[in-house]
Amino acid sequence: MKASSTGYRIIKDKLFISGVVLFSFLSIVPLLLILFYIIKNGIAVINWDFLTQLPRPMGEEGGGIINAIVGTLMLIVIACLVSVPVGVTAGIYLNEYRTGKIAESVRMAVEVIMGIPSIIIGIIAYTWIVIPLGSFSALSGGVALAIMMLPVIIKSTEETLKLVPNTLREASLALGVPYSTTIIKVIIPAGLSGIITGILLGVARVAGETAPLLFTAFGNPFMNYNILEPVNSLPLLIFVYATSPYQEWHSLAWGASLVLVVFVLLMNFITKLVTRR
Amino acid sequence: MNETFLRTEKLSALFNGERVVKNVTITFQKNKVTAIMGPSGCGKTTLIRCINRMHELIPGAATTGKIFLYDDEIGSINPILVRRKIGMVFQKPNPFPTMSIYENVIAGYRLNGFHLSRDEMNATVEESLRKAALWDEVKDVLHRKGTFLSGGQQQRLCIARALAMKPEVILLDEPTSALDPKATSRIEELIVELKDAVSILIVTHNTAQAARVSEYTAFMYLGELVEFGSTKKMFTVPENSKTEEYLMGKFG
Repeated sequence: MKASSTGYRIIKDKLFISGVVLFSFLSIVPLLLILFYIIKNGIAVINWDFLTQLPRPMGEEGGGIINAIVGTLMLIVIACLVSVPVGVTAGIYLNEYRTGKIAESVRMAVEVIMGIPSIIIGIIAYTWIVIPLGSFSALSGGVALAIMMLPVIIKSTEETLKLVPNTLREASLALGVPYSTTIIKVIIPAGLSGIITGILLGVARVAGETAPLLFTAFGNPFMNYNILEPVNSLPLLIFVYATSPYQEWHSLAWGASLVLVVFVLLMNFITKLVTRR
Repeated sequence: MNETFLRTEKLSALFNGERVVKNVTITFQKNKVTAIMGPSGCGKTTLIRCINRMHELIPGAATTGKIFLYDDEIGSINPILVRRKIGMVFQKPNPFPTMSIYENVIAGYRLNGFHLSRDEMNATVEESLRKAALWDEVKDVLHRKGTFLSGGQQQRLCIARALAMKPEVILLDEPTSALDPKATSRIEELIVELKDAVSILIVTHNTAQAARVSEYTAFMYLGELVEFGSTKKMFTVPENSKTEEYLMGKFG
């Protein structure tokens, strides 16, 4: 009786462990399939010209996506310029003043922004910037992406700074260092890797966003460096090419997808490196 | 010979209205080691945190009464200046993790934006580390991170960091409670050596430590100063029966 019930428990235990292993493995299958599919379809079109040349009109051979790569980078830089100062400062504030009405409402606002569909953020940027300026622009696209990055940066800054031990703050204050200098020169350096991680995660999050760019950055078949004019971006280019009826454009879309996925993976990889240090 | 440099006058400290230090009037002598002992929660740490105005940083904290450093009332001086004159070392060693040993020692100057020439900095670092009896152990690794040191070395680094500011007094808040016995005796030796250079207030719940390092001892219980006097006298013929019971280990 006793022996058999022990045997039953051991079997149950083994079944449970194999179940856990199996399902964990299943969760990485989609990623592997996506990577496999994109690489299989995209690798053929990737070459130097693809990365450095402008798109050609329909019917001409070759052409590249340099305008979309430059546009995406521009959008990300604008988004960072807007969201990093605001986000990091707000994160510091939330960590320093954990209670109180303002902190509570900021915290709630952050969670709400996190949940707002990206297309709506696009509409907001459209009404705020595109309509007053009278033109689609890289600036408006960057601002839309910045709004999406904000909650990620604020949350990760707050969480990181929470982990900086209070004894450090006391050590600095006890030396007669003013509060502001303590924050800037002691607390932030101690949490810097976490803050950078948050920024990179934010970039990875918005790099592939299409919806908020549809009526802000808009897309542009030509090269553009002016932040007040429309720019192309990788997701927009993929959207346009993949929904077109032309076979060549489909393969260009696969190539652009591969570039985008590699970029996002690279961001995640750098994030891992930074956190490990 | 004996010179009072620091005294409190009817000092009370409160947390959210609850008094944890009650009407403490006490005088501290220059270039002596004064121990403040008492059971956990008796307010001894709060008392010294009032002296360098760290107490007021905690939300809900307040103080009444006065503290004088020489003739200056501490409450009327900017806390930043108070803390430069009154150094503090905490229970747990807390060197700045992002800085090297060298930078840690000089941190009080760097972070406050004082500009020292390279020679002045080198001299200050060496002098402070020598005073903290750490120089010989770290002189070849000054540019390694302070967090690579052992716990006892880190605590001496924190003492050096406080000494570098050339304070009037150093407050030691149970500086050995996170250290092993060997590191503890090292710190205790250091405290005795240091008193020629700087006055020392040490908070401890270890009566033996108070007896070993201090010339004066204050005994606190439930926020009140029960007895204060020379260490020798207190440990041989305590005036108050509470002190006697505490020293005999009947409570605390």
